[in-house]
Amino acid sequence: MRPGSLFAALILPFALALAVLSGSASPATAAVEVNINQGNVEPLPIAIPPFAGRDQRSQNVGAQLAQVISSNLQRSGFFRPLDPNSFIERNLDVSVQPKFEDWKVINAQALVNGSVTTEADGRLRVDFRIWDVYNGQQLQGLQFLSTPENWRRIAHKISDVVYKRLTGEEGYFDTRIVFVAESGPKTARVKRLAIMDQDGANPSYLTDGSYMVMTPRFSTTDQEITYMALRADSARVYLFNIETARQETIGDFPGVVFAPRFSPDGAKVAFSVDRAGNSDVYLMDLRSRQSTRLTNDPSIDTSPSFSPDGTRIAFNSDRGGSPQLYVMNADGSGARRISPPGSGRYTTPVWSPKGDFIAFTKQTGGQFHIGVMRPDGSDERILTTSYLDEGPTWAPNGRVLMFFRETEGGASRLWTVDISGRNAQLAPYPSAGSDPAWSPLLK
Amino acid sequence: MPLTLRSAVNSVVVLAALLALGACATPKPEGPAPVPPPPTAPTPPPARPLPPAQPPIARGPIPGSVEDFVVSAGDRIYFDFDQYSVRPDGRLVLDLQAAWLNRYPGVQVRIEGNCDERGTREYNLALGARRAESVRAYLVSRGVNASRITTISYGKERPIDSGTNEDAWAKNRNGHTTLVSGAR
Repeated sequence: MRPGSLFAALILPFALALAVLSGSASPATAAVEVNINQGNVEPLPIAIPPFAGRDQRSQNVGAQLAQVISSNLQRSGFFRPLDPNSFIERNLDVSVQPKFEDWKVINAQALVNGSVTTEADGRLRVDFRIWDVYNGQQLQGLQFLSTPENWRRIAHKISDVVYKRLTGEEGYFDTRIVFVAESGPKTARVKRLAIMDQDGANPSYLTDGSYMVMTPRFSTTDQEITYMALRADSARVYLFNIETARQETIGDFPGVVFAPRFSPDGAKVAFSVDRAGNSDVYLMDLRSRQSTRLTNDPSIDTSPSFSPDGTRIAFNSDRGGSPQLYVMNADGSGARRISPPGSGRYTTPVWSPKGDFIAFTKQTGGQFHIGVMRPDGSDERILTTSYLDEGPTWAPNGRVLMFFRETEGGASRLWTVDISGRNAQLAPYPSAGSDPAWSPLLK
Repeated sequence: MPLTLRSAVNSVVVLAALLALGACATPKPEGPAPVPPPPTAPTPPPARPLPPAQPPIARGPIPGSVEDFVVSAGDRIYFDFDQYSVRPDGRLVLDLQAAWLNRYPGVQVRIEGNCDERGTREYNLALGARRAESVRAYLVSRGVNASRITTISYGKERPIDSGTNEDAWAKNRNGHTTLVSGAR
């Protein structure tokens, strides 16, 4: 990441046209499918040859599209893209049915092929089809039209279409991650707000490192984030629009202001304010700038996270003697503990965008874990264990969590894990980072 | 610009200064490595004239300075895991801090609450704020005017020891008193 790229990689308007390709109609059900909810998933062998192009430039784009789609699908853990060197049929034409026998021989169960064309107006047109190799059927055929600099986003959108067609769940590839890029020794760490595509491409800094930033979170409706800035004598929460780079505080509260998170409609921010050693949860309406105090308890109350329907808020409190997870109504009433008794210290509850789980950080026996439980506290699953795992964030499809892991004496790195606990891996960001937050699907 | 004295180097210098002055320095169990005693004049053999007396050397911190505060009171107290009540050893330090601050009423201070890394970021910001408040309340109870004190929590963001063991965590769970203005 270059310091010079400050604000350089903001989101480009994605004027995208989508069309259904003509050809054989999609069958109602596909024989080729990944059941991502069964106990042991065998990744689906899939062939993604370079997309065809009439000229060299189109062919280059076509090769890169296939690479980006392949690595997206591979990282999901549900697909096994086959080595293009093993392909028998070459130079496929997207308007012609492939030779299925050639793909069966190499055990490809699905095939994605496509073509890249530069239109007369300079736009990039990408046609692609998803094939069920064993049944010899087209599963889907679509066309994307956009400006050439958007080619990566086209690749992500195609990845999302393939993922959805073959797993039945929404994709999450056309998304970004806002996080904290870390540098320097532990006792003098520099923490800068940073953003990148979910696959690690287009990283850029949003703050210059002259003050510490923490806990950035995306608005669920907008390209807006909220985060906390810590200076020698102040701790404040900010709003930041990543399209306009406009930044403002949510108000000059006396005391330490921290732990911000948007409501699902983007109209409010829940956060904590500490006054005289007592942290409580507040809610601010961003239009009226009126804030309401939601908790009023001498304990620590922090880390609020809304349910996706906006009716409830999960939060962290030590009112019972140690940090545990609680859920209350969005007006602050009816708080009750959901984390099980005698099982460890629970913090950072984050409600899944699907509403079915709450992710958290848990401490037991000197180790940290990322886990999920139902909003009523049942069905707890521990997904990871290390010296320090912290701060889960949900992919918009509610299937994948990103978090950060610090090994003993090592740098903090971004990781992802499936909610089944499988497929824990380093996120595609090569340097030290923490506090990731996943964007919703881009518009 | 706020003045802080954090480095171990400074602590060693301060301890050496104390020993040089002949002050009573009680070695702390977890303190810095023992400092060799300052060189003393060899005992003169008897029946020879005494050498001229050494003129007194004006050394040590300037009264009312940050260094003086650190030497005569100590700028940091330590807390137990996930606790924010002031321990007896912390009370001794805070009593000295209060006495010093009452002697120099023009000094403004900032109390910074710090935590170890065995907690999550947001929880630790809240815990650090509790620790800062404990220190503030104690100083006020010892006569320091509340208007001279501000507090902040740094959570686990500003460790003084980068280690990953109980010794390091114990050092990082602290309340630090920074003189922000008025010191000499």
